[in-house]
Amino acid sequence: MTVVLGVSAFYHDSAAALLHDGEIVAAVQEERFTRRKNDPSFPIHAVRHCLDAAGLHPDQVDHLAFYDKPLLKFERLLETHLACAPRSLSAFVQAMPVWLKEKLFLKHLLRDHWRRLGGERIPLLSFPAHHQSHAASAFYPSPFERAAVLCLDGVGEWATTSAWCGAGRELEPLWQQDFPHSLGLLYSAFTVYCGFRVNSGEYKLMGLAPYGEPRYRDRILEELLDLKDDGSFRLNLRYFDFACGRRMTSERFHHLFGGPPRRPESELETRHMDLAASIQAVTEEIILRLARTLREETGERHLCLAGGVALNCVANGKLRAIGLFDEIWVQPAAGDAGGALGAALAVHHGRLGESRTPRRPDAMTGALLGPAYDEATMETALRRAGAAFERLSDDELDNRVAEALAAGKVVGWFQGRAEFGPRALGDRSILGDPRPAGMQSRINQKIKFRESFRPFAPAVLAKHQGDWFEMTEDSPYMLFVTRLRADRLRPAPEEVQGLERLRHPRSEVPAVTHVDGSARVQTVRPDIHPRFHRLLSAFHARTGCPMVVNTSFNVRGEPIVLTPEDALRCFFKTDMDLLALGPFLLEKTQQPNDVSIPAPPDTTEASHPILKATPKRVRQFAVSTAVVAAILFAFFFPWLAGKGPLWNVAAGCAAWGLWGLVFPRTLTRPYRAWMAFGQRLGRLTTPLLLGFVYFALVTPMGLALRLSGRDPLQRRTDPGAESYRRPSDHHLNTRLEKPF
Amino acid sequence: MWELLRDLWDFTKTRKKFWLLPLILVMVLLGILLVLGPNSAVAPFVYTLF
Repeated sequence: MTVVLGVSAFYHDSAAALLHDGEIVAAVQEERFTRRKNDPSFPIHAVRHCLDAAGLHPDQVDHLAFYDKPLLKFERLLETHLACAPRSLSAFVQAMPVWLKEKLFLKHLLRDHWRRLGGERIPLLSFPAHHQSHAASAFYPSPFERAAVLCLDGVGEWATTSAWCGAGRELEPLWQQDFPHSLGLLYSAFTVYCGFRVNSGEYKLMGLAPYGEPRYRDRILEELLDLKDDGSFRLNLRYFDFACGRRMTSERFHHLFGGPPRRPESELETRHMDLAASIQAVTEEIILRLARTLREETGERHLCLAGGVALNCVANGKLRAIGLFDEIWVQPAAGDAGGALGAALAVHHGRLGESRTPRRPDAMTGALLGPAYDEATMETALRRAGAAFERLSDDELDNRVAEALAAGKVVGWFQGRAEFGPRALGDRSILGDPRPAGMQSRINQKIKFRESFRPFAPAVLAKHQGDWFEMTEDSPYMLFVTRLRADRLRPAPEEVQGLERLRHPRSEVPAVTHVDGSARVQTVRPDIHPRFHRLLSAFHARTGCPMVVNTSFNVRGEPIVLTPEDALRCFFKTDMDLLALGPFLLEKTQQPNDVSIPAPPDTTEASHPILKATPKRVRQFAVSTAVVAAILFAFFFPWLAGKGPLWNVAAGCAAWGLWGLVFPRTLTRPYRAWMAFGQRLGRLTTPLLLGFVYFALVTPMGLALRLSGRDPLQRRTDPGAESYRRPSDHHLNTRLEKPF
Repeated sequence: MWELLRDLWDFTKTRKKFWLLPLILVMVLLGILLVLGPNSAVAPFVYTLF
């Protein structure tokens, strides 16, 4: 028996995944438990769930795989500051404390967390590279024996884009493009410029793109980057601030695109829609060129994709539509959360050398890898809340929900195991009928509380997919956008522009048809999502429509619900009509007024742990303050003044120390006061100390680096060069245990 | 802590980044102070620095 646990943490969207003899037993993001969107903290709840799902104690875990190489990342950080000095002081002071306290001591930190989990035997640690984890998450669970693999994201250690070739259990690194020349960061720069947040607003920008025209496409290609035929590129860093500063874009960028960044929540102008359309077009162009290069160089007929950019389902759909590869498989948790799974897989096949047998449809079991709750737990939650509910058989539930959907009701659908990754696939979903014209704006504004322009995805019965959509291949994870068939589309009025286009239905299923006639399809098959398939079949039998609106069970800014209590909380605070919680059905109109759902457990630390006045800490405080005070006031200052030691002061300090040692509880208040003072003082001393290091060491070293002609950021473009790619490090597979 | 220093030495050798050593060492010294500090008698003073 071999147990490998993969972990991603400390940046954004932390997660854990567990392999038992190579089988993916469980995978889940920490945010679902802590209710903090994109929670970056060590995934202690997620790890506990993975162990529980496998029925294992922490001491039974053989390998713990972290999803990147911390020392390589630290190297990138230092070299970036050297290259930017003296302009990056502010970013240096902001970034360094967390590195000095935690990230640099990752092994120590991981072992510490492991002990908190109750583990006495520390598993063997491994550190696959960030893109190696992404590539492993894309290739190993895919149905292909051989495939080319393309990873695209913001940045890992150095790589921002990487290509791999997978065959059996081997995953060979081919080439990469390095920071700061990043497609993910380029897209994020436009996301922020258009008033959305990095790491969560990219979907919004993609959804906004069809409202605009790609008027700025050529300007982006001419001014912002030098794009080669093979898809590699260099950014013109004069337009960006993310490498050296704390913003994404520079004043020059704002000038180029006609004004300052849009303020969040302010009105969307045509310019923002055009920018969204333009950066989407450029992204598609780059991905297409990279994929073509990979196809020509490897000769592989299959492609696997991972990395945050692989969640750009519009680009994925176009890549599939041109038929460059026979089949494309995208890891459903393509972002950093999926890195936890990839890290575990890289160790299982790479470090342990275990064989791999690909299977269809894939090894992800529909991405349903999170916690499930039994009927008793759900019933307890319902009774504790005082909700009115009824218990139904599967058939009764399907028919009642299908009937409600057909009547225009919106239903919360909570069944089975939670999904791994950013998409709800029919286990933690909000469902609606796609046919009524007002359904999209109703769900957006009264249930999800989000922007009205954002489209919804159709979950369609697989056997009817071809009747409605151009794409006929499977899309079980909602990762490909396709167009509705021409005979299903209604013409778009030419005179209508911008968000006004929302008012003109493009098909008979307007809630899932975007203004450009496209849809982000989820195909639902009985072998992958059986429970959801039954419901869709019931809806189809009743209405003749083989699809429903499927959106994630959450409101804007919150993670997807995980527990029955989360689902109840979301149900009662929104305009949702029904909730199907396992076999239980709740109707909003039947609910009493005094329903009360307990608040989610507070998973945040109330204060810095050192502020807790334990007897040991107070004793340390008493002794150390006594020693320091005695040295300064009894000996040093008198010596400076040319006097002898002040023994009475020394005796007072000794008395203070002794008192603290014997009666620590009496000094709790002074301890807390000192620590609170220290916390405030730290805000001043930290920048001063790091500022000193920056000007005394980083800046001179940076200048010397520049004089020697080296530029770690490779800012210079070369119009005559054929490519900006470089060969990947072929030792990655033999250095999995190393943090560099 | 020795493990970290050994990893850093292996890292500089493997990556041939000896020129980065002065900066790495200063950062590691600051880090060691911060990691060891909270569990030692100097905790109340270390904590006021960061």
